[in-house]
Amino acid sequence: MSDIQAWIDNEVKSNEIVLFMKGTPTFPQCGFSGQVVQILDYLDVPYKGVNVLENDDLRQGIKDYSNWPTIPQLYVKGEFVGGCDIIREMFQNQELQELLGSSKTVA
Amino acid sequence: MPMDAREIETLIRESLPDAKVVIRDLAGDGDHFAAEVVSESFRGKSRVQQHQLVYEALKGNMGGALHALALQTSVPD
Repeated sequence: MSDIQAWIDNEVKSNEIVLFMKGTPTFPQCGFSGQVVQILDYLDVPYKGVNVLENDDLRQGIKDYSNWPTIPQLYVKGEFVGGCDIIREMFQNQELQELLGSSKTVA
Repeated sequence: MPMDAREIETLIRESLPDAKVVIRDLAGDGDHFAAEVVSESFRGKSRVQQHQLVYEALKGNMGGALHALALQTSVPD
């Protein structure tokens, strides 16, 4: 396992909820990353944001790690949950709330 | 080189011959599309796996020539 894969693996396994994104939760730098940040903030769950723009190896490494070609990528309890489309779909049908243990319903 | 809706549909059909594919061009810039794909090959697969099948069908264009593809996958009723 390369260094970057090991680093990613550690981030995924040592944080309950981690979002690999473009930018940071306070300053998302891509519409899709921003949408997932909005959903997570609305659900009021603690999560770690990892800015893949800071390191090209990371930006490519995360795509190899999950065999998923785009950013953002959400991981919960060490499992890849999905990108923006899947997170939005799960949020709309309450699946995400159940997974994250949030009591917030869709407005 | 941006892609057009027909190219995306053709690529998906090559890997998923039974698929019903609806592509909408969201921005008219060849870069932002929405696609609904219905195929028997999704049955029993998680959403992530279903989307990965579509991404594999797009042969590496996803995230490259194709910047954004809002994807919805489902199995036939």
